Amino acid sequence: MKDFSNLISAIEITNKTNAKIEALVHYFNTAPDKDKLWLIALFTGKRPSRPVKSNLMKEWCMELTKLPEWLFLESYSAVGDLGETLALLLPNPKNTIEKPLHIWVDELINLKQKTDEEKKVYVLQAWNGLEAQERLIFNKLIGGSFRIGVSKKTLVNALAKLSGIDPNQLMHSIIGNWTPNSITFDDLLNGEHINYDKSKPYPFCLAYALEKDLTDLGNENDWQVEYKWDGIRGQIIKRKEEVFIWSRGEELVTQQFPELVAAISKFHNDFVIDGEILAVKDSAVLLFNDLQKRLNRKNVTKKLLEEVPVGFYVYDILELNDEDFRAQSMENRRVKLEQLFKENTTDILKLSEMIDFKNWNELDALRNDARSFNSEGLMLKRKTSIYHVGRKKGDWWKWKVDPLTIDVVMIYAQKGSGRRSSKYTDYTFAVKNQDHFVTVAKAYSGLTDKEITEISKWVNKNAIEKFGPVRTVKPVLVFEIAFEGIAYSKRHKSGVALRFPRIKRWRKDKTVKDIDTIESVKALIEN
Amino acid sequence: MKLIKFTKKGIYCIPGKFYLDPWYPVKYAVISHGHADHARWGNQHYLCQNDSKAILKHRLGKDISIESLGYNQPKNINGVQVCFFPAGHVIGSAQIKLEYKGFVVVFSGDYKTQPDFISTPFEPVKCHEFITESTFGLPIYKWKTEQELQQELQNWVLQNQQNNRTSVFLGYSLGKAQRILKLIEHVDDVFVHSAIHNLNTAISNSGIDIPKSTLITSDFKKENVQRKIVILPPALLGSKLIKKIPNAATAICSGWMHIRGNRRWKGVDAGFAVSDHADWEGLLQAVKATEAEKVYVTHGSQAVFSKYLNEIGIEAHELKTEFGDEEIADKEPQKSATL
Repeated sequence: MKDFSNLISAIEITNKTNAKIEALVHYFNTAPDKDKLWLIALFTGKRPSRPVKSNLMKEWCMELTKLPEWLFLESYSAVGDLGETLALLLPNPKNTIEKPLHIWVDELINLKQKTDEEKKVYVLQAWNGLEAQERLIFNKLIGGSFRIGVSKKTLVNALAKLSGIDPNQLMHSIIGNWTPNSITFDDLLNGEHINYDKSKPYPFCLAYALEKDLTDLGNENDWQVEYKWDGIRGQIIKRKEEVFIWSRGEELVTQQFPELVAAISKFHNDFVIDGEILAVKDSAVLLFNDLQKRLNRKNVTKKLLEEVPVGFYVYDILELNDEDFRAQSMENRRVKLEQLFKENTTDILKLSEMIDFKNWNELDALRNDARSFNSEGLMLKRKTSIYHVGRKKGDWWKWKVDPLTIDVVMIYAQKGSGRRSSKYTDYTFAVKNQDHFVTVAKAYSGLTDKEITEISKWVNKNAIEKFGPVRTVKPVLVFEIAFEGIAYSKRHKSGVALRFPRIKRWRKDKTVKDIDTIESVKALIEN
Repeated sequence: MKLIKFTKKGIYCIPGKFYLDPWYPVKYAVISHGHADHARWGNQHYLCQNDSKAILKHRLGKDISIESLGYNQPKNINGVQVCFFPAGHVIGSAQIKLEYKGFVVVFSGDYKTQPDFISTPFEPVKCHEFITESTFGLPIYKWKTEQELQQELQNWVLQNQQNNRTSVFLGYSLGKAQRILKLIEHVDDVFVHSAIHNLNTAISNSGIDIPKSTLITSDFKKENVQRKIVILPPALLGSKLIKKIPNAATAICSGWMHIRGNRRWKGVDAGFAVSDHADWEGLLQAVKATEAEKVYVTHGSQAVFSKYLNEIGIEAHELKTEFGDEEIADKEPQKSATL
């Protein structure tokens, strides 16, 4: 497992994607076939189910080290990762065990049916034969995510570099139906188990943020204006009775949205359409936060399907009955699209509405109103534009609503995970409610590493608790947070829910006296 | 009668009328070692261990009033016997033993129990009360031996050379830099930043042997440095100088690098857990060896370490001090140099 352990070390230390790809290519060039297949499986969510409960591992570790539980937990909060905490706390190994990755994985699969006593013997033996980094890998193989910043995309790019095969095809291959014991590495890469011709997507056409006056865009009649939606941009492909859904991140997400697949399957023609995957309930678009509950699930339960139903707002058509339409004008494509939806009807897919306007100056009010129904703003598309490859300036513009902002005070801080596990990076913010504070948002993004380091030091000095992962801090640090929308909410103690809150800046110039009140926050809903 | 008291200015010896590593200017300061959070500017008189003298003068000014003693060489100050014992932290680092009418207090300063190749090894001292640091006071911290570190660092340099890369180590200019120099001695030519170079010169001039290195200035010639070794203070991460180094592979040397999250946070190419502070076992051994009736735990994990000591039957108290930020330690010398 030394090679695999070295690979993980090489990948986790760097934040440069190219260096990660280099390390992966090196591994693929040197490791045995079975190990390569397991690596791909582990990094694409095809891992075997957990054979040993983490609580047992914790118990055995405490038994070996004779540490009290509170000290174990304190160590865990400092490290931020259970597998690593165990690896660091355990006494140094007395033996050396060297086995390839796939043998370890096979053994762990077999371990699942064993008794707890047998499991203990096996795990303790492994711990006593591996040095700290390998021990960490072993613990991670049992359960838990590697969190080393290798996305499916990075993996695919490494495989593409290795083999020269089209990355989209590789993406389909690794997501397809296979197990490390049912295929060879070459067959997997060559896509023997899939039919790529059917699933092949087109590159998305992307818009730039509007940076000029509307009047500079010329004649109003030359433009098609639609609402902009904050979901997951997706491409739905229906070819020869099969449906594929690709996300803009070039991941195949078909299995995550069974209701879309069911609806599309009923359509008569073959086609490729571009649109937005959104959480839609009772014909209203829900927040992106709601949609998030549906993402990256292994199983989509019935309960979840009812709780967060998904819809697709259709923007464009790229292919119809094997004919590539991308070189045609937006206007023409729209006609084809409307025709397609006249011939096939469904509640789940909806054509993106074209906004009727005569004058540029009508649009600003429409844009600002967009927030009230969870739209992000407007999209402006030139009627003569072709469907470009990627981002190209001039034909498509996004014009977002300005974010709302409030001033809040930090009341709790928590350590992050992965790269951020050593710093306090996750904050809870509050506004004033008469003489006390009420939580309004959690935010994780928007600060520089330098600011996070400074805040972490401050938290260390000013925390009220001395133990545990969450630190209550004195209400001193003031931040301006920005968010896309706000609504009344019964689930939140404050009575309001903010949409996509993030830190706009650290207001060192303000004190807690200057922060917003819950009344001033609620007033934003009325406006 | 009480021998010490904890004041706003620092730890005060009542009968001796002097302070230990005070953080505000006082008349008489007894100094454990040369890091800037322990040896601060502005005291009227300094007392330190012999090997620290050149360092203090270099950092705080040539004309400070200063005297020094060897290890195990007691001095009587107002009836209190003061004596330095090796702390194994950096060159010249000392634990300070105070003895008055048969009652003994030891202030550890910063210490490391594992021997390295450059500082005088730590020596436990029996006492009634022990004031200990706790920077790495969690059982997750377990250091490798100096021989293992030597192997690790040297392998990394050799591997970089194979890949045509220049090895850049980041470490505090006092302590870490000299330790790295020793760990990679004889591997290849080493270039060091002026903060390190000047300190090395001051230390060498006082008769202590430090491996050879060359000063690197901002107008260095790339071809001279290519594939060699460079040591810089941590503050230079992201600086123009480091960006100019051809094909650099950068490594941070610090105990904090023991944790993955810390290694990854900095976005460097490698992190080596080379620490000048004691690990968990080191702290426990040191405390036990003093046989102290009462332990005061300062800078670091004081809450955790004192709770644990109490649980294993050693009376311990948390003590809030202003020690412990070695990052300041590396910035201040440059500031004071311009004063």
